[in-house]
Amino acid sequence: MIRLRRISFIVLLLFLCSTSLLLGAEETLKVGDIFPDIEFKMPGKSEDKQYLGIGGWGGFKIADIKADVVIIELFSMYCPHCQTEAPLTRELYKIIEKDKKLEGRFKIIGIGINNSDYEVDFFRKKYEIPFPLISDQENVISESMGKVFTPHYIAVRMVDNKKPQVIFSEMGRLEDPKAFLDKIFKLSEEK
Amino acid sequence: MFVSKNRGVITILGFITIFTIFICATAYSESGAFKGSIYNPGKLKPIDSSLKVKIGDKAPGFTLPAIDGKNISLNQFRGKKNVVLSFVPAAWTPICSDQWPGYNIAKEIFDEYDAVLLGITTDNIPTLFAWTNAMGGVWFPVLSDFWPHGEVADSYGVLRSDGISDRAIFIIDKNGIISFIDVNDINVRPRLEVIVDELKKLKD
Repeated sequence: MIRLRRISFIVLLLFLCSTSLLLGAEETLKVGDIFPDIEFKMPGKSEDKQYLGIGGWGGFKIADIKADVVIIELFSMYCPHCQTEAPLTRELYKIIEKDKKLEGRFKIIGIGINNSDYEVDFFRKKYEIPFPLISDQENVISESMGKVFTPHYIAVRMVDNKKPQVIFSEMGRLEDPKAFLDKIFKLSEEK
Repeated sequence: MFVSKNRGVITILGFITIFTIFICATAYSESGAFKGSIYNPGKLKPIDSSLKVKIGDKAPGFTLPAIDGKNISLNQFRGKKNVVLSFVPAAWTPICSDQWPGYNIAKEIFDEYDAVLLGITTDNIPTLFAWTNAMGGVWFPVLSDFWPHGEVADSYGVLRSDGISDRAIFIIDKNGIISFIDVNDINVRPRLEVIVDELKKLKD
């Protein structure tokens, strides 16, 4: 009798342990996944809407962006690495806009994780970021992706009727914008 | 029989506690700059202190050592600068490590409103030195309220029962009067605009 109870306790303990590990694990977006169908607030600036090719009422989704490939920078105004590499993201944008084979096809958007509109706007002005930055004040990204370590770069390509498929997702710094773009370009061409 | 049952129950309770800690330990984001160095205390009681000052009071004076080896006194800013006190709970913890780096790029806001920012924790100087260096250094004075432990935090009423301070912002005008108090949920970073809006009011 006592032994039986002990065994059932152990089984219960093992169960509790395994669920806690599963729930505690960091879920991150994997290559091949379709980017979560999250709706973001429409950017206030008309040039941002124009660049992304979005409009109308309500919010927008990554799938609505008029592009073949979208590079998404998950950042925070409060993150030292994001601050340091802001000039590199500017460079990334410049290279795309100057490259005939990328311009119009590749777009960049920054999402300020757990940042307010004010904080995102402050970051944009401070570092003269030329591409759209939006805030994720409600933490919808972390809710669908798990905890985000900033900066984190995601690239998606539009497949089967505008589904954003993840071709790249990594936490860490953008060290060389040109090499990064070459890599994303190659990944976007893969069958 | 009874002994074994009790022990079992205690073990299960223990595991449930660990389980709860696991699922609660979720800050939404964290700077990659500190990855691997941040101690996660899990979700804490939002506020664990009670204020001893109120808006309109004369701010309690203090002199504290800063990480650059100098002492900073509140009264040295009297008649010259507005003072923003940012108490954060502890070095090397999740939200705090993602709060001061934001202020670090916002010096112009403080300058614009004729304000100084003083960062305060109850950690000792070497810890604060190493931690702020990991941020790449900060422009504002970082003060240690380590000894007598938490005396300044306690004089404002933001010292928690475990010796760390609550996450609080006090804005003190040039006359040394407290014009704004925000004791935030310790698990949440206050918005930058909260400080800016208040500084704007002092200017007007």
